[in-house]
Amino acid sequence: MAEHKSAARPMSPNWQIYRWPLSMGVSILHRVTGFGLALGTLILAWWLVAAALGPEAYGTFQAVAYHWFGRLILFGFTLALVFHMLNGVRHLFWDAGFGFALPTANRTGIAVYGLTIVITWIIWALAYHSMGKL
Amino acid sequence: MSLRTPLARAQGLGSAKSGVTHFWRQRATAVALVPLTLWFVWTVARYTGAEHFEVKHFFANPINASLMLLFVLAGLYHMALGVQVIIEDYIPREGMKLALLLLSQFAAFAVAVICVLAILRLAL
Repeated sequence: MAEHKSAARPMSPNWQIYRWPLSMGVSILHRVTGFGLALGTLILAWWLVAAALGPEAYGTFQAVAYHWFGRLILFGFTLALVFHMLNGVRHLFWDAGFGFALPTANRTGIAVYGLTIVITWIIWALAYHSMGKL
Repeated sequence: MSLRTPLARAQGLGSAKSGVTHFWRQRATAVALVPLTLWFVWTVARYTGAEHFEVKHFFANPINASLMLLFVLAGLYHMALGVQVIIEDYIPREGMKLALLLLSQFAAFAVAVICVLAILRLAL
């Protein structure tokens, strides 16, 4: 043990060669979406303030928000919000002591990914349907 | 054998002196935000492209205004707690950490005040 051999190979787990477990990706995405949503509150504040100021200020917001790129950002914002919410529920179950078994955690992780897309899509479809645009 | 005094154990506040306060508030706001988030996503999809009079009409309903106030307050509190953890995890330098913690908390309160004022003006 006295002589320390320095190996040239990378130490494990080295993220560049390490195959990401599913839970790792979900966990990182939870934090990334959380931080993104924090920045997204500025869009929410802009929407509310513009609406409160009147039709003129609101028109500026609407022009940006209703542009295809604006709607893409808003769709991404809601996608991040739904993901963070669903994975948050997964965390609450863990906090209560359920779902720790690896196969279960993998299944719920995949379920979070799938449900995020399904639920966000359904809500937008319902909203556009109620506007008579679908 | 534990070196902690019986009083410290009974208080359960740990070395950071705040116990599970942060953990608990993060979870309490999370639970509240589950239904509020579903409602909010629908609102974003339905009303961000809507005409001004539609938005005014939406917030004139006290239920909608109340739900938006709850979402903003619970959401920004949850956000402040979450961003605090991110800063504590990744910023090792004390001075920078303290500055960013203060900045993030100030920003959370500022955005909350702005949003609440705007909602009240729309609703009243």
